[in-house]
Order: sequence, then C-alpha cells, then structure tokens
Amino acid sequence: MLLALDTSTSAITVAVLGLDGGLLAEQTVIDPRATTEQLAPLIERALREADATPGDITLVAVGTGPGPFTGLRVGIVTGRSFAHARSIPVLGVPSHDAMAQQWFFGGAEGTVLVATDARRKEVYTSVYDRVAPEDEDHLIWARTAGPEVRRPQDLPEHWRGLPTLGRGPHLYPDHLPQSVGPLDVSAAALGGVALARYHVGEDQPTEPLYLRRPDAADPGRPASTLRGEGGPPAPKGRP
Amino acid sequence: MSESTPLVLGIETSCDETGVGIVHGTELLVDAVASSVEEHARFGGVVPEVASRAHLEAMVPTIERACREAGVALADLDGIAVTSGPGLAGALMVGVASAKALSLALGVPLYGVNHLASHVAVDIVEHGPLPEPTMALLVSGGHSSLLLVPDVTHDIRSLGASIDDAAGEAFDKVARVLGLPFPGGPHIDRAAQVGQITIDFPRGLTSGRDMERHRFDFSFSGLKTAVSRWVEQQQRDGRDLPVADVAASFQEAVVDVLTRKAVLACTEHDVAALQVGGGVAANSRLRAMAQERCEAAGIALRVPRPGLCTDNGAMVASLGAQMMLKARPVSALDLPADSSMPVTDVQSGLPVTVDHDHPH
Ligand SMILES: [Zn+2]
Repeated sequence: MLLALDTSTSAITVAVLGLDGGLLAEQTVIDPRATTEQLAPLIERALREADATPGDITLVAVGTGPGPFTGLRVGIVTGRSFAHARSIPVLGVPSHDAMAQQWFFGGAEGTVLVATDARRKEVYTSVYDRVAPEDEDHLIWARTAGPEVRRPQDLPEHWRGLPTLGRGPHLYPDHLPQSVGPLDVSAAALGGVALARYHVGEDQPTEPLYLRRPDAADPGRPASTLRGEGGPPAPKGRP
Repeated sequence: MSESTPLVLGIETSCDETGVGIVHGTELLVDAVASSVEEHARFGGVVPEVASRAHLEAMVPTIERACREAGVALADLDGIAVTSGPGLAGALMVGVASAKALSLALGVPLYGVNHLASHVAVDIVEHGPLPEPTMALLVSGGHSSLLLVPDVTHDIRSLGASIDDAAGEAFDKVARVLGLPFPGGPHIDRAAQVGQITIDFPRGLTSGRDMERHRFDFSFSGLKTAVSRWVEQQQRDGRDLPVADVAASFQEAVVDVLTRKAVLACTEHDVAALQVGGGVAANSRLRAMAQERCEAAGIALRVPRPGLCTDNGAMVASLGAQMMLKARPVSALDLPADSSMPVTDVQSGLPVTVDHDHPH
C-alpha cells in the first residue's frame, strides 16, 4: 500500500492507496494553521479507515509544494521520517501535479492553470496540457510551465483567462476570473501521480519547492544590535 | 529491550542544532548533532527560516547517523522523545513532526518534552541520578533561567529568568561591538584569557531594591549598553580599543551575577546541588567561578561536558527515558509545537498545572 500526504495548500490531506492505484482511504481537514497538530492523527485515521497498519505501507508519497514553508516542511519531514522508520521509499510529487491529475482525470481537455496562495500578494503557478500518453502507465497530462511564484497581475495575459485550479482565483478574482476545479490538493490524486511515476521508474525527489530565498521569505523580527536597527535580518539568540 | 532500561531516541530542533540522541535507561549511547550555525554567522544571529530549512535537510540523515553510531535499529526503540517547546516555532515543528511520524510508524510512545527540562535531565547520563531537589542555572543564547527542580519529570519551578537579553545573546552582541565573530561566547572567552579586568561594568538587578523585586532574575541589556557606550567613548577619544580587557571585564560582570544569584538560590532554598547547563556553561570563567563559589558554600556543582551543555538530542532522550522509568503519561499524537512553552510544563500534550512563583 501507498501512504500519500500533502500539506502545501489549505488542506491537510492523507490517503492510502493500493499499489494498483485503488483508493482505500482518504482523510482531509481544511486547517492550514494546525498542520503540526493534525497531520499525524489524520494518518492514524486514514490507516484505520483502510484497515491497514504502518507495516502494510510499502511506499510513501509526499507533496513537495510549492506552499507556505512551515506547513510544507511538516508534511515532507513526516513523509521522510515515516518512510525511514519503515525502511521504505519516499516519493516526492510537486503538489500542483496532483491538482492537474485530479482535473484531467475528471475528463477535462486542453490547458489548465494552477494558481495557489503564496501569501505576500503572490501566487504559485503552473500550467498543464492534456496529452496523449505513450501508454496506459503514463500520465495523461504534462506540465508546460512552472511552478513559479509571482504577483497575479504579472501573469501573462493568455494565462489569466485559462480555467484555473487552486485558491488563486478566490483571492485575486480581478486577475484570475476562471475558477474551475479543486481549490486544494487531494492526497488521493497525489498518490496516483506518485504511483504512475514509480511504475515507470521515474526519479521522485522530496526536496521542497520553496521558490523563494529564505532572507526575503521570512524577515522575522529586526536586528536589535548595539549599532542600531537596520542590520541583517532576523538574528535570534542561539544557545 | 526490557522495561527497566528503556531505549529512547530524542529529537531536538528548537534553534539551529538538529540533535538526535539515543539513551538506554541512564546510559548515553550516542549524541548526533548537525548544526547550521555557519549559515547564520553572516547574519550575526539565527535566522529562523534558514534554521528550519536546515532542520528539514538534516533530520533523517541525523537520525540515520545516530542509529548507525549507536548500533541501534529504529525497530528496537521503546520510545521517542522530542522538544515540543520553547524555541523557534518553525524549527520546533520539524522535530515534532518527525518524532510523531517515527512514533506512529514504529508503534512506540511519544513524549513531547520541555527544552529547559531536557537541559537539566542531560546530567543524568553524565553524572548519574539528579539530587532531588537540584538547582539548575541554564544559560544560553536563548535562555537564562534559574530553576528549582524537585523532580525533572514533572515538577520544575522557575525562580528567575532574564527580563531582557539572554546571557548568550549579550555575548553575541558584545562580540559584535568588539569586532569578534559570531557566535560571540567562545571568542569572548578566548580574548578574555589574555585580558585584565580593568573596567567595572554594571551588575544588572543586584541593587537593594532589585534584589527584592527581581531576586533571582537577570538583566543583561544594561550591561550590553554600558559596554557599547564605553567602546564608543574610546573611539571618540581616538584611543585603541583594548579588546581583551573589555572582553574580560564584560565576562566578569555576566559571570559574577549568574553565579552569585545561583549560589544564593541554593542557600535560600536549602539545595545542595547546582547544575549549570546551556551553551554559556562552556565558558571557562563561568565554570571556574561557579566551582569556587559552590565550594565555599558547600554546594555540589554539576556541569555536563560542553557537548551536552549546548542543545542536543541526548538531553531530550534522557528526559524521555526518565519519563518512561517513572511511568509518566504518554503525549497525544496531536501535541502542538509550543514556541513559548513555560518551563513549568515539563511535558506537553497533557493537562498541565501552572506554577505562579515567577512574575513573568
Ligand atoms: Zn537550549
């Protein structure tokens, strides 16, 4: 069985899938501020729902973002640690891929934009096209741009009119008018992507897609130094 | 593993060290630490996001290394302990999430424990069982606390703490004024060894009135400002800066207050053992003066080796093992990372009783 989880959007989402891709359990809560508290109990609940024990899990898949850093890290370190404890592989899936998977699996054609909340008046974006797969093992879509981070008003004009997945259109309706699909990631879809790539032997790194440098990302409290304010960012005491 | 000697893995990620330690009962098997301190050096302090990123990258490799060096398989563990606070929120969450995943995947109990209590508990693997009560002076870049510890697994009382900068923070800031690198502690210690105590810098919160209101509290912000003013005056007068003498004089002022109040606390509370921990415990002058004053007062001084004074996973494992030995309740899987966890909460994920001895 595969345990899939994602914490890159407003959903904390966990799923258990058979290795054939069949969904055995999915547990999701919308609570982006409580990832640390909620994720492990959700995994426990999903395992119970799937009538599985940790020992039944042979693969772990984790969403690698992009997404708000703190929650994203909680998901990735959870996936990595669980897999390490069971001595099984952990597969990383760019989280937007899971949203595209869900969209195109529903029968959609053409091109879709994924725009998720990047905070700071920006969105994380990716663009996907429906493709004819080489065979039934391969995915039926391909990412043609992204993921990247930018202000919604800076997106190319022809992207903004695309059918759009994620919370971007709800946050910036003036710039992204075409909300169509899922707002958040589903772990079931994420697991499906991981399994498809696993079966064709694709490399699936779990490195987080931060897309921003740490200095710009988290200025923290300003330096209070003897030489006055305005020093380097965010020094904190250390032991 | 038998119940009498639980095998516990401890995880610590409250600041910039990714620590993983394994303890077998009261025996230390391994203390593996990955530090991101060099990445922070250019900022003159720990940048939370840089620390959190480094924790994520180091977490599993450090667990792996700890197990390898201890010759322990994860499947052999009896319990997982983790620092659930206080500390940097984003940094704590990496360790807490990892610990939960291990606990869940291995089917062993989880103990979310207090970082400061862990600093006290580490001495058990170094010098044997803690005298009950023990007085603990914890001094680092993140904390300056004086704790009365009747039982490290569930009864810790805060007698005092820094009301402004932590002691280690003062070292870092003064080092910066003196043009010494970050982290400041070791560099000031080294410089001070060739200096003379020539300047009488202020001892914070030691005057008559302060000794009533802030008997066991500390303040280092006024001292830091005094050093800064003194240095500026030198520069205005066009004189060379006697770095070694300033370092020695500053260090003396810090160490004097810390040891004076710690010994006073022992005497007044009738405690026969003082433990000094935290990164500043590596300071040679602090060790010497604590030794001298404890001897004079008939107090047994316990200072773990420097590697166990700074933040590490062994201290968390040691407290976790004590929790198991004393059959303390297990933490729930939904336990939060609590960046401002009060020191009186030894464990989290449980109902707690708050101690109101301390006004802050
Ligand atoms: Zn510490």
